[in-house]
Amino acid sequence: MSSSTDLAVRERAAAPRRPRAAGARATHRWRFVPWLMLLPGLAVVITFIVLPFGNTLRLAFTDATLLRPGRWVGLENFERLLGDDRFLTALLNSSLYVVCVVPFMMLLPLVLATLVSRPGRLMGFFRTSIYMPVVMSSVVVGLIWTSMLDRRGLVNETLATFGAIAEPVPFLTDRWLLLFSAMFVTVWMGLGYYMVIYLAALANIDGTLYDAAAMDGAGVVRTFLSVTMPGVRSTMALIGVLSSVAAFRVFGEVYVLTGGTGGVGGRNLTMTMLIQREGTGLQAQTGYAGAISLVMFVVLGALLVVQLWLQQREGRTR
Amino acid sequence: MTVATSDRAPAPAAPDGASRPTPRAPRRRPRRGTVARYAVLCLMVVLLAGPLLWQLSLSLKGAGDTLYERPPRLIPTDPTLTNFTDVLDRVPVLRYVGNSALVALMAVVGNIVGATLAGYALARLRFRGRGIATGVFVAALLVPIETVIVSQFLVVRSLGLTDTLLGVVLPGAVAALNVLLMRNAFAGLPDELEEAAVIDGANAWQRFLRICVPQVTGVITVVAIFAFVGAWNDFLWPLIVLSSEESYTLTVGLNRLRGTFYDDPRLIAAGTVIALIPIITFFVLLQRFFFRGLESGGIKG
Repeated sequence: MSSSTDLAVRERAAAPRRPRAAGARATHRWRFVPWLMLLPGLAVVITFIVLPFGNTLRLAFTDATLLRPGRWVGLENFERLLGDDRFLTALLNSSLYVVCVVPFMMLLPLVLATLVSRPGRLMGFFRTSIYMPVVMSSVVVGLIWTSMLDRRGLVNETLATFGAIAEPVPFLTDRWLLLFSAMFVTVWMGLGYYMVIYLAALANIDGTLYDAAAMDGAGVVRTFLSVTMPGVRSTMALIGVLSSVAAFRVFGEVYVLTGGTGGVGGRNLTMTMLIQREGTGLQAQTGYAGAISLVMFVVLGALLVVQLWLQQREGRTR
Repeated sequence: MTVATSDRAPAPAAPDGASRPTPRAPRRRPRRGTVARYAVLCLMVVLLAGPLLWQLSLSLKGAGDTLYERPPRLIPTDPTLTNFTDVLDRVPVLRYVGNSALVALMAVVGNIVGATLAGYALARLRFRGRGIATGVFVAALLVPIETVIVSQFLVVRSLGLTDTLLGVVLPGAVAALNVLLMRNAFAGLPDELEEAAVIDGANAWQRFLRICVPQVTGVITVVAIFAFVGAWNDFLWPLIVLSSEESYTLTVGLNRLRGTFYDDPRLIAAGTVIALIPIITFFVLLQRFFFRGLESGGIKG
């Protein structure tokens, strides 16, 4: 019962110093074992990610619909995109989402992480509470906040109780307020996730730096700015990219807060919502949706390149 | 408990006394800092738990409660469970829960089996084409799902799996991220572990199952938990694939609650509470794994 891989390991067992050399000497019965092990994973990933990606690339340059394979139309879809108000609105909304949500995601979780990063049961309780929304589905969270922000929801009623407003605030119907409400919900859901990443980074800061800061009489804010922030700089950059990608991809919260409509006249559509609308269902314009997907891929790809660059730079300086 | 602890010195000793001393600012300052710390944290808890509590309160309010009251009242004056029975009667919520559970279970099994097998092969077996296979998984990891979702829909459609739970599960049945996580876990095991087994004549399958898998159960748990939560909470993909009410998962079904019970926030609240109970229970029971998973680099894209 020997296989190529058995041989490989056995050789190393016998003569640990020798360089690895056994791969080629496979006995035929066992050569397929690695591929058999890879089969489920490769099959799923190739069928549902790799090939569909190639297909999206192709679709983007055709006028295909769900029922018609379509023909090559060159850049026509992209020309159409430039004149499509809904696309431009979606691009604007998703980009605004990145611009507005990311600063909060980079800073607030760090503040929270510094506050809860010490041992003790009570701190564990706080960590758990702050993380809780992360495990909740965006639909449930969306429904909860729809109820809260409704014309007669808790927020409006509370504001009215204190006499702060005469009319209910149209959180869920105004074009801009709706977008900002959705951003708030996104931040609400995501704080705990990034906080945990920061907690891991905080654990790596040299404790003596804090001692030194204390000896110098630095206060809480000063310590945060000159010890904590520099200490988690690379994590912060990483979270900046991660949350940018997540913000640009936003779907569930906005979908639920708008009741699936994308707001009045589709003014609150995001990129993902637009893809879902154009590319699925019986009226699907798969070619056009492919072009939107491709634009999305380019934006996210650019963010990804930034991420890889940051990680590589970090690897070098370490 | 809150009061007692917040009054104490800045480094609240862990019950076992293992907390390292935190000699920060001089004595006077931390006291004020501590009060501020707890004030901020309590505010956060109110902000995060408040909406949940309000939903719970809404869901328990009966016919005798005024829904719109100033100031709003948290404790129901006429508490009742009829909202829950109403929702369960009018919407097949339990069916949705069952469908979601089935989808999540299949995703967990698929990811454990698929990612463990592939991860082992990539990390510990040597064969021609290993680099290419690794590359395929890395490339798949970098593709954002939204950009391929239309083509995925076409694939599922051509397989005749639209409106089936299998169609919901398959694209995420083995996630590239999990394969690479398992690969790293297996790669971290020392070579000596398998060498002894090879000398004893164990083949690749035996080494995989009896020697290596037991060493990485921690990572497998993390993979399982994140696969479960991911599948349970997924919304976009089931929304695209499923079209008939019997096959709805919980997220897709809940999305319709707002349309069905537009006139009564109490029923929507009852629906969300029913939806939250399983996942919050799951989280509270397994919370240490959630934190461990994130810290060990299980960063999802």
